[in-house]
Amino acid sequence: MILIQGNEAVAQGALAAGVRFFGGYPITPSTEIAESMAKLLPKYGGTFIQMEDEIASMGVILGASLAGKKVLTASSGPGISLKQELIGYAAAAEIPCVIVNVQRVGPSTGQPTAPSQGDVMQARWGTHGDHSIIALSPWSVREAFELTVKAVNCAERFRTPVILLMDEIVGHLRENVNLPTENEIEIYPRRKPKKTRAEGYQPYAPDEDLVPNIANFGEGYHIHVTGLIHDETGFPVGSPKVTADSIRRMHEKISKDIIEVQTEFIDDAEFAVLAYGGTARTAYQAVLDARAKGVKVGFIRLVTVWPFADEFLFDISKKLKSIIVTELNYGQIVGEVQRAVKGNCEVKLCAKYDMTIFEPEEIEEKIFAETK
Amino acid sequence: MTERSYEKYFRQNRLPHLWCPGCGNGIAMKAIVQAIENKGWTQDNTVIVSGIGCSSRASGYMDFDTLHTAHGRAIPFATGIKLSKPNLNVVVITGDGDCTAIGGNHFIHGCRRNINLNVILFNNDIYGMTGGQASPMTPLGKKATTAPYGSIDRPFDACNLAQAAGATFVARSTAFHVQHLVKMIQESFDNTGFSFVEALVQCPTAYGRKNRMAEPAKMLQWMKDNAVMKNVWDKLPEEKKIGEKFPIGLFYNSESETYDVAYKKVIQAAGGIAK
Repeated sequence: MILIQGNEAVAQGALAAGVRFFGGYPITPSTEIAESMAKLLPKYGGTFIQMEDEIASMGVILGASLAGKKVLTASSGPGISLKQELIGYAAAAEIPCVIVNVQRVGPSTGQPTAPSQGDVMQARWGTHGDHSIIALSPWSVREAFELTVKAVNCAERFRTPVILLMDEIVGHLRENVNLPTENEIEIYPRRKPKKTRAEGYQPYAPDEDLVPNIANFGEGYHIHVTGLIHDETGFPVGSPKVTADSIRRMHEKISKDIIEVQTEFIDDAEFAVLAYGGTARTAYQAVLDARAKGVKVGFIRLVTVWPFADEFLFDISKKLKSIIVTELNYGQIVGEVQRAVKGNCEVKLCAKYDMTIFEPEEIEEKIFAETK
Repeated sequence: MTERSYEKYFRQNRLPHLWCPGCGNGIAMKAIVQAIENKGWTQDNTVIVSGIGCSSRASGYMDFDTLHTAHGRAIPFATGIKLSKPNLNVVVITGDGDCTAIGGNHFIHGCRRNINLNVILFNNDIYGMTGGQASPMTPLGKKATTAPYGSIDRPFDACNLAQAAGATFVARSTAFHVQHLVKMIQESFDNTGFSFVEALVQCPTAYGRKNRMAEPAKMLQWMKDNAVMKNVWDKLPEEKKIGEKFPIGLFYNSESETYDVAYKKVIQAAGGIAK
């Protein structure tokens, strides 16, 4: 058992998942991830580089990924805003990469050392244009490790950018943890071409799971990679059909089997509290306290934030009177929950955006209001 | 070199290129592959990385692993490739807007780090792809769609900038001086470290048309008349370095440890295993 903080667990998880390249730029409250990688990566023969800005930090990991490395970068609000340009490039050119966002209060410079969950919609739609995205949000130090591994695996499996949506709570939370051992960790290897050039290999031809097996640079395939809409050859085409096919495939290649939701006390629940990330820790305590007082309240935690758990929430909402969405922002995921339940139950918001974390009592108050 | 042997370095099915008739980019692109051939680099061990703009469409025509990145970002991507696979030769093709405006920060930091990259800037003095707006390298007084009365923005000398920022090889040539351009690029490949070559190319469509040089030949003639070899330039008295005259040739070359070599020492110090 070791005592480490969430940010350090992210670095450990990345190394365990096979990440061997990190590009970053200092920013609070994510800096410990870069510092840990600077110290640890060379021990694994990997490369750490501190770039001149957040955009370059994205660019350098995308280059490294194309050369065959599993890659990671980490930042927070202002830096994540700058990274959006090349997150879109990674989506369009289908380059595996993981971007950690240790959320702090925004907009702009905001409250640099204070927790927030104000970037959940940015994680989905931050870069311009239609694109798919995966975002995972851990609630504990151990899960920060596990979801970093999952994030790296998803990036490789779907050849897409994956956002590890941390918050300052989990990033700086210190817990005694047993980290998974090497043989407990499943690793998704880099996809390989299934044909040679002579056999007519096309780098952007989708495999059966809709994901292309793009060759790494330096392996003799002479591939072309661009952010322009391209066909199976990888070269730009000004065709309406190719454009539509490309955007459709980008969305549909993300399999729903990665959507992970945790529920507790849901079988006899009359209503439920929904939360994600660090806020879920407080929400869970509030549910435990209310349960001890005989309140039939359930607990729903979004582990995968994007793609959104539409079907799950639609089904579960049929037997609930209401869902209280608890989040450290002015109200973001609440809109998605409303959309998903399609009127099956009431959706209420328990929002906080004063730079402090929730106290269990604040959520309990909302829970008891539901019993009246 | 056998005649037209360089053709194998192009993706024949991607040609003809999209550049305008009379554009100088093709000359610079050909000079690069000639230098690659002379140097003996192969298509399997060389990667071409470009940004966005007219210059940067070159990567699509060249039969290597090629990467057409986002506007201004070629150098960070190239850095990631080089540090991940140091055995690859990495050539960056960029333009004056791509490299010195939106990519300016990446450019100076690439120079500073002495990453072993070979950056070739196709300088056409204008944003060509978007139809002729002024760039940070448009000369004073010259016209552009966003400088209809003549540019008042003081331009960068990209070679001085590269040298000041720490590049270990800096040279300039033009589309008129083809053999010299090949030589400069080839010598930049010989340098282990961040190498920078500015290749002046004519843009008759967007730049020449606005500046009384709509004919490509006239623009090449201008390069011939105004470019002065560095050894001659250095001996010129200041009063003769006038008008539109500018020096070409090798400006700077030095040996300095590259980033990837220095990083091997970091791995050693950390007790890590070499990749």
